[in-house]
Amino acid sequence: MTSPLEQKIRITGPSIVTANRTFDGAVIYRTASNGWSTSLSEAAIVRTADEARALLTESVADDVGAVGPYIAPVEIKDGGKIKPGNLREHIRLKGVTIVLLPVPA
Amino acid sequence: MYAYDELDRTLINERVEEFRDQVKRRLSGELTEDEFKMLRLQNGVYLQLHAYMFRIAIPYGTLSSKQLRRLAHVARRYDRGYGHFTTRQNIQFNWIKLAELPDALADLAEVGIHAMQTSGNNTRNVTSDQWAGVAPGEIEDPRIWSELLRQYTTLHPEFSFLPRKFKFAITASAHDRAAIKIHDIGLRLHRNAQGETGFEVLVGGGLGRTPFIGKTIKPFVHGRDILSYVEAILRVYNQYGRRDNIYKARIKILVHELGIDKFAAEVEDEWLAMRDSALTLDDAVIEEIRSRFSYPSYENLPHMPEELKKAAHDPLFERWRKNSVFTHKIQGYAIVTLSLKPVGGPPGDATAEQMDALADLADKYSFGEIRVGHEQNLALPHVAKRGLPALWKALDKIRLATPNVNLVSDIIACPGLDYCSLANARSIPIAQELTRRFANHDTAELIGRLHINISGCINACGHHHVGHIGILGVEKNGEEFYQITIGGRADENAELGVLIGPAVPYGEVADVVEDIVEAYLALRERPDELFVDTVKRLGVGPFRERVYATR
Amino acid sequence: MPLVKNGMIATDALIHVPDGAELPGDGAVLVSAARFLENPEALLQRAGKTGVIWPNNRDVDDLVPFLDRLAVVALVFPTFRDGRAYSQARLLRERHGYDGELRATGQVLRDQFVFMLRAGFDAFEVKKESDAGAFALTSKRYSVFYQPTGDGRLTALHRRMQQRHSESAGQ
Repeated sequence: MTSPLEQKIRITGPSIVTANRTFDGAVIYRTASNGWSTSLSEAAIVRTADEARALLTESVADDVGAVGPYIAPVEIKDGGKIKPGNLREHIRLKGVTIVLLPVPA
Repeated sequence: MYAYDELDRTLINERVEEFRDQVKRRLSGELTEDEFKMLRLQNGVYLQLHAYMFRIAIPYGTLSSKQLRRLAHVARRYDRGYGHFTTRQNIQFNWIKLAELPDALADLAEVGIHAMQTSGNNTRNVTSDQWAGVAPGEIEDPRIWSELLRQYTTLHPEFSFLPRKFKFAITASAHDRAAIKIHDIGLRLHRNAQGETGFEVLVGGGLGRTPFIGKTIKPFVHGRDILSYVEAILRVYNQYGRRDNIYKARIKILVHELGIDKFAAEVEDEWLAMRDSALTLDDAVIEEIRSRFSYPSYENLPHMPEELKKAAHDPLFERWRKNSVFTHKIQGYAIVTLSLKPVGGPPGDATAEQMDALADLADKYSFGEIRVGHEQNLALPHVAKRGLPALWKALDKIRLATPNVNLVSDIIACPGLDYCSLANARSIPIAQELTRRFANHDTAELIGRLHINISGCINACGHHHVGHIGILGVEKNGEEFYQITIGGRADENAELGVLIGPAVPYGEVADVVEDIVEAYLALRERPDELFVDTVKRLGVGPFRERVYATR
Repeated sequence: MPLVKNGMIATDALIHVPDGAELPGDGAVLVSAARFLENPEALLQRAGKTGVIWPNNRDVDDLVPFLDRLAVVALVFPTFRDGRAYSQARLLRERHGYDGELRATGQVLRDQFVFMLRAGFDAFEVKKESDAGAFALTSKRYSVFYQPTGDGRLTALHRRMQQRHSESAGQ
């Protein structure tokens, strides 16, 4: 398995770094202050391959706290609200797209 | 049911303690993720899109009611109240916390359930026919051999770091309900001309990026030699399987690259060198394992009890009975399949409440035993026919009596992009929509046996290659698209499906399946010509025409 | 990188001599397979003991003629996930009767100690000091074993048969 840092980094728009929290698997986003947040609104935005690489490097260094960091696209809406940039990230943020049937009493 | 003894239980407990220590060392940083990942996989722990996933083994698909209740407990205590039964007779929980896993494993160990080797590059859950031990015409109970294999492959020091995963399946019936031809090693139990029990051994079956139907490597291996023969296969694979490319690392690729004859010769050489070794099974050992399987004390019951005669006037009961109830080898008893494919529901899921209620019903109607099938349904294997009407009412209350077993809405689907980080596209919503389109049971019965398999990516966990209709999710320019194949089958006449044309977008898949079904209904020779036989007779041409005429 | 033998950290009796470097007089040496096979007799006739590092992608057959004169055979785990050396180890011990030191090298980590012991390894170039310290404890992690290897441990199947016999004998 090549480490994410060895892979070529290409950015096509605003991006973030995301991972899963080691102890419980929760979705986390890398912040601008060397930490992680479960809130997408607190994610650090990168716009160039160099910025992305730097953010990814510091994320990968936190092997204890986070598993499998990678770069993901986002959309920035008018007003600055950050939204997931593809279906996969939408599902990671919002949860499954399906409705689970309740069992009748 | 196999009764774990103190030795089996000790091993499971030792494994739990080892994993507890490994989790501790991971969380403290003593183990890096790179060092830990394979260890957690070997305990069934994946990382999915939004949480860890925990895959628990249900060896050869057999559960006691006590064990099922414990699975319900795990669902409630450690997860979000439901579990998913898989195409390999395992159960998966999708929201588990790594830090709590050792406790969940300890709770499961108390009832003899484990998660050893349900993932990782090792030998996985040995699956079998979910009707083992109760199907008419079976040679003998294949679960005895499954258990021998399970023990032999568990924590095997030589084969815990194979080039890639390794899957076994065993059948003992003429009709293969275990899909042995799409496994790395498939075993068909039978008797030779001398009346001795042994196995036809097939190797190199498997789906994924390069699907292959398994090839016979040896038509008869005597029961006493099966472990040494399997060891020979595994040793050849361990040494020569490719490790340079994970997409070419399964044994099917080695068999394909060497050719079956050369591969068989390598195995034979290795086997002859080790043949009469400590792995040879003597009759006493086989009997020992056999004696740990307990069977119900069946009563002497009539073929047609009064209760059944009376209930025959109820058309809903009759519909369910004709669909979900199957012939048992003992007169007066039946095998009951429980569909986990309710209309609009995610296929193969069960809530903790359903599991608990089913455990009670198993105690009352099935000698406390439940089975899990690779088509993601459950079964009660020993139901006295006189109990069927009352059982049906109880199952219906908990939504386990949808009369769609083996029909078009009995869909096999992987979790797909809703859960899985490997997926390209979602599979569950496609399945849900299809169950809604074909919700009318009269229509479904008119169509007849039709297996739809959906995979969210080329790893093919939904077994789409061997679906009568196979649906494969792909990604095109950030959108979900689906390739459709038809004519596949997973049984003793296993075959891979054929692509009917270009991939179609998410919103059109259900329409395409309806078109395919309409084409079948128009083209079939007789009402009882199955879909898969019509495809065989006519090829994909007429179906392709119908589907792509307006697309 | 600590060497563990007999469950404890030990000094390595051999000097690892890289290809191209001179052999140190009569001292015990560990050399690569390539170097060894260039002139096995020259090495084996030295007063000092000889050990060979055998790659994990080569059949052990070529080494078999020399096994009774080798002090150490070192096998390789390039990553802990590459399990070919387990098969090599078992073949050397169980098929070819090798009874010299069988050493595990490469990415040798605590969580594989039991597998390695069962496969026939008796010396370990352990990657982490902490793992070396935990060797004795870790090797006792399991008391039940399902399948026979050359390590002589009784399998669960046979322990059951023994129990049965003693039960019926006691009746």
